Amino acid sequence: MIEVKGLHKGFNGVPVLKGISTTFHPGKTSLIIGQSGSGKTVFLKSLIGLHTPESGTISFAGKVSTDFTEEERRQWRRDIGMVFQGSALFDSQTVEENVMFPLKMFTTQTYEEMLERVNFVLNRVNLDNSNAKFPAELSGGMQKRVAIARAIVMNPKYLFCDEPNSGLDPKTAIVIDNLIKEITEEYGITTVINTHDMNSVMEIGEKIVFLEHGKKAWEGTKNDIFKTDNEAVVNFVYSSNLFKKIRVAQNEKSN
Amino acid sequence: MVYLRHIGKYFLMLGQVFKRPQKGRFFYESLIREIDELGIKSMGIITFISFFIGGVISLQTALNLESPLLPDTLIGFATKRSVILEFAPTFCSIILAGKVGSYITSSIGTMRVTEQIDALEVMGINSLNHLVLPKVLAALFFYPFLIALAMFLGILGGWTAGMLSGLFLGTDYIQGIQMDFKPFLLVYAIIKTLVFAFIIATVPSYHGYYVKGGSIAVGKASTSSVVWTIVLIVVTNYFLTQLLLT
Repeated sequence: MIEVKGLHKGFNGVPVLKGISTTFHPGKTSLIIGQSGSGKTVFLKSLIGLHTPESGTISFAGKVSTDFTEEERRQWRRDIGMVFQGSALFDSQTVEENVMFPLKMFTTQTYEEMLERVNFVLNRVNLDNSNAKFPAELSGGMQKRVAIARAIVMNPKYLFCDEPNSGLDPKTAIVIDNLIKEITEEYGITTVINTHDMNSVMEIGEKIVFLEHGKKAWEGTKNDIFKTDNEAVVNFVYSSNLFKKIRVAQNEKSN
Repeated sequence: MVYLRHIGKYFLMLGQVFKRPQKGRFFYESLIREIDELGIKSMGIITFISFFIGGVISLQTALNLESPLLPDTLIGFATKRSVILEFAPTFCSIILAGKVGSYITSSIGTMRVTEQIDALEVMGINSLNHLVLPKVLAALFFYPFLIALAMFLGILGGWTAGMLSGLFLGTDYIQGIQMDFKPFLLVYAIIKTLVFAFIIATVPSYHGYYVKGGSIAVGKASTSSVVWTIVLIVVTNYFLTQLLLT
């Protein structure tokens, strides 16, 4: 479980996160949503330790991240999987080398053992027979799958995804969303996803945290989001023409 | 103030670079790859330029020796001294600053803007140590060989130019390059090479690692890194020359 309490973070005196508190549970897919510039990426990067909080705490399984000993921090890093917005695959390495990279760095497995694990996770993300390809030879969706495979190869306890659907067509986006949800449930991972894709909210949003101007403006489930009166959430959700039409149709039906 | 901040940040970066690699085998693989990228792949340009510059130095010396009192052996002597003292270590380092410096900045800078460095950090890898240390050690290890090659080819180029132009005799040239041989001058050249190799590997790494923005920022960082690397080589050359030869 990840517990965030009163998280503040700013850059050059400009506050970006203004006291966010929330909790993310194992085996659940939690989504951080909000408009561009609302602080989603800074929040996610604070969770994974790329930004140090100015105040507030982030606890992993009850242990505050800033209190980790050197060894605890090392172990915590190994427990984290991250899927970046642009996949962040090492472009000089093949798919196999990319996925094998964490195993090479942090385990003492033989090449055969590592290869077996790599092939297992690549199979899990439906990406067989691509071991020898370089990232530049793959489509956006395939790159995302490799990124997911690399993120889960070490059996992480926590999986973080920054806009995993950006640049993908709606069909591939749903495949990626469902893959993340399946993996989360299968391995009991605490998954936190940054997105502004309402389709993802509908597909996999077991818990949704809405950020506005660096503050948590709303929190709930995908079923609650269409019932809320919170103005900021309503404006965000119904900024899409599709959802506007659905809302109009629902209102007409209820009248 | 801005310059002081950059200098401080550069030395803090070096503090992270010079740490024990997390995985020895992985580090050696990276080191071999960097020796190939930064050293072996620079041999072509160094070979080509050294040979021709050596030729030009000997021709210029021969054409400017107007006094009959000056012996032709001076041509070989002047070529040897010019090549060993300045051309090979300094001029070649400036060429490498352009070729290798832009490669280092653009490769690390692209990793930064495409979040590959963030990916390394999230995995708990010291990205500076992982990316920069193999480059520094590869440059320190291989550039003395590259500069030694430049010295040999520069002197050979001078002899070849004389033979082809007929401006001086080969025997005079060979006698000239054997005159007043001081082993310390080679030591001086190697010391300069090692210092320049360190600058060529670390300054562009700094510019690439701390780049912010997108592809245009990487391009600007590459240009800036080459300029600063050359400026540092030239200034350091002056101080090393004063320190070691006066």
